This record gives sequence, C-alpha cells and structure tokens, in this order.
Amino acid sequence: MSDPMVRFENVTKSYGALTVLDQLNLDIERNEKVSIIGPSGSGKTTVLRMLMTLERINDGVIWVDGEPLTHMDRNGTMVKASERHLRRVRGKIGMVFQHFNLFPHMTALQNCIEAPVSVLGLSRAEAEARAAELLDMVGLGDKKGHFPIQMSGGQKQRVAIARALAMRPKVMLFDEVTSALDPELVGEVLNVIRQLGAEHDLTMLMVTHQMGFAKEFSDRVCFFYGGKIAEQGPPDKLFNDPDNDRTRQFLSAVLEAG
Amino acid sequence: MSIWDWDYVWEAMPYLYQGAIVTVQATFLGFAIALVLGLVFALVRQSQNRIISGVMAEIVEFIRSTPLLLQIFFVYFVGPQFGIVIPAWTAGIGVLGIHYAAYCSECYRAGIENVDGGQWEACTALNLSMARAWRVIILPQAIPPIVPSLGNYFIGMFKDTPILAAIAILEMLQRAKNFGAENYRYIEAITMAGALYLLFSLVASVIVQMISLWLNRRYHLQ
Repeated sequence: MSDPMVRFENVTKSYGALTVLDQLNLDIERNEKVSIIGPSGSGKTTVLRMLMTLERINDGVIWVDGEPLTHMDRNGTMVKASERHLRRVRGKIGMVFQHFNLFPHMTALQNCIEAPVSVLGLSRAEAEARAAELLDMVGLGDKKGHFPIQMSGGQKQRVAIARALAMRPKVMLFDEVTSALDPELVGEVLNVIRQLGAEHDLTMLMVTHQMGFAKEFSDRVCFFYGGKIAEQGPPDKLFNDPDNDRTRQFLSAVLEAG
Repeated sequence: MSIWDWDYVWEAMPYLYQGAIVTVQATFLGFAIALVLGLVFALVRQSQNRIISGVMAEIVEFIRSTPLLLQIFFVYFVGPQFGIVIPAWTAGIGVLGIHYAAYCSECYRAGIENVDGGQWEACTALNLSMARAWRVIILPQAIPPIVPSLGNYFIGMFKDTPILAAIAILEMLQRAKNFGAENYRYIEAITMAGALYLLFSLVASVIVQMISLWLNRRYHLQ
C-alpha cells in the first residue's frame, strides 16, 4: 500500500483558548473523494484551510503525497517548513472557495493563465491553450474574454474550478463551493465537479452542505463535531444508518430544513 | 492712480512665467517622489515583521506630525552643521516628496487594506510569489480607488510649493512678491499668481478625475 495522498497526523489548531481541531487524524487515499459535513464551527473548513496553508497548525504534521507539508527535514530533525518548502509542496494542491475569489480585473482566460505562466513557467501560448481547454470543459468556452463582473455566480465558480485545475494539482479542495450561489445555479457547478471526479485522477476533499451530492459523489463522508471526526464511513452507511447520535441529530436537522 | 493697472500685468507676466515653471517642476518632481516613496512606505508597513512595520508606522507618524517648513529648515540649515550640504533645489524637492510620501502611504494603505482578503487566499492557493501577488493582483485593485485621494495630495503639494521660498527658491508666489516689492505695487502680481494657482488646481483636478476613470475602466472595477 502506497502512502496516502493526504495525511493529518495529530493535527491541532486553536485560536487562543478556542480549540478548533483537536488531535485530528485523517488519511485520504489517492483518487479518493471525501466529503466533510458537520455543523458550523465544527472545524470542517479549517481542515481545508490548513491543507492549503492558509492557516498555520499548532501541533501535529500534515503530509501530502508522502512528504511533510507543514514540516521539513533538516539534518535528520523535523523543523517547521520554510516558505520555500511550503510553496513547493502546496503546488500539489488546488482550492476552490465559497466566494470564488476570482481576480476581478482579469478576464476568465487571464484568471486561468496567470499562475501557470508566472509559477509553472509555461509559455503564454501553451497556458492559453490549456486554459481554453479547461474553460471548454467547464462549459465556458465562449466566456474567455468576460470579466468576473459580467458573469453569474455559477459561471464564476466554474471559472474558479478551471483556474485551480490549470495548475495541475493532485488534490482539489472544495470549500462550500455552492453555498454562495442562487439555488438554480448549484446544479451547473456540481455537474462540473461530478465530471471532474469521473474523468480525472484527482483526490478530492470537499466541505459541503449538499447532502444529496455528498451521498452520491463521495467514497467516504466524515462528520465533524466539536473539532473531531465524530463519525466517518461510506455515504450509504453514514446517511442511512449512522452509529453516532450527533450524526443522527445533525442529519435530521438538515433534512428537516430541506 | 487706478486700483488695477494693466501695464503692471504685462510687465509682471515674464516674472511670473519663470516662477510658474519652477512651481510646476517642483510639484511634478516632488509628487513623483511622494508616489514612489509613499508606496514603499506602505509596503514596508505591511511587513509581517512587527518591528519593521511598527518602525515604519512611527516614521510616517513623525513626518506627518511636524511642519513641512520645519523639515525643510532642518535639512537645509541644520544639515550643513554636520557636513551634509544639500543644494536648495534638491533639499526642497526631496523634503516635499518625503513629507507627502507619508500622507500618500496612508492612502495606499487604505487601498491595500480594502482589497478583499480572499484575493490573498487565491494567490496562496495558486502559489503565486509574494512579489507577483503584490504587483499583478493586489496593487492593480488597491490603487485605482485611491487615485482621487492621491490627487488631493497632488493639489495640496502644489499649493505648498510657496514654502520653498523659505530656502531661496524663486517659485511663483515669491516672484510675484518680489515684483510687488520692486514696484511698490502688489495687487496685480499677487492676484495674477492667485489666478494661476487656481487655474492649475482646476486643470489638475480634471486630469486626476480622468486618470481615475481610465484606471477603473482599465481594471474593470466599479
């Protein structure tokens, strides 16, 4: 068995006295699709943000693709990762945000070629060809020259997905990517994610409130409660026959809300 | 003797013209320094290192809390006591630039802090280098909205240039005054200088508005 794609090893994150994640241990296998669900404040988004290095961890180690992300080896001892080390390892990770975070002063195409050109060193022509392909894939081939302000939320989020994919990540993180969308636009974004899962070798980790999608799409669902994984397992089991009372309460509350 | 004598107007014209050139040059050079140095101040202020950003904040506060005239005197008159002799023109423009850089840096800071935090997160997620993120993502969004306030400082600096007279730079107002003193008659020259200041300020404010509109359109910001 090879190394997991992502490993959280005793990871703790706190803000002052508030512990958001408490000794988290979680392995995500290559190409595995994992959904993270749970009430707000349960630490689920923090998991993604730590993996993207948007938050520093207080304790533990995060591994990506067999090497430590948060730490590095210096003469046989593990020390905190330097900025350079972080940059190298996080290149394997891409992230899509709840509020898209597209660059508003750039067209859809420019959004998708900026990093491939300046970070990966692709030629402009090469980056443009790749970006055009990805925008086609997310169904926005005709919107290349549009600025974010000229697009709907669903379109923006699909550009954001294309932009993240343009960096050829091995792991894709989706942080409540449909939460800021009007209900009728949710489907087009989920379809793109579905297609990604089917056609690409990608490890996918998503925080979501779309229970139906989590159930249909994931290989495994983790239910977070109070900074810990209260329960995890295959979606059929977790949604239909949860072991944990908290899970049951959460699911019934969510289902009731509709 | 009439209140207003057109002969003096024509006579004063060349004097004022020479002074106006000095004033405009001082404004443009000084403001160029203020724009560049102000941005440097603002960027240093954003440093993750608390000591560096704290020291920068204090320097900016210090510059803003003491009079421009005092700063010019200090550089021009006190400097030579320590062997630092700077020509009047260099000292004048330099101090104007540094003084206004402190104000401009606060403008830049407001612009920078107004850029949505999600933009930085996207830069991290896409692995952009710090320099690239600043240059291509953050500043193009931070600067267009603050152009009107920078423009105010531009006009403010223009109106502060008469202070240069204190270190014997013959700018427009000083020329007008000298002309008045030579002829025992001030009204024409001083009024003309006032009209020219007004004219320049109005033109500058139109130009600033045009730049602001153009930048906002260029970067597709509201």
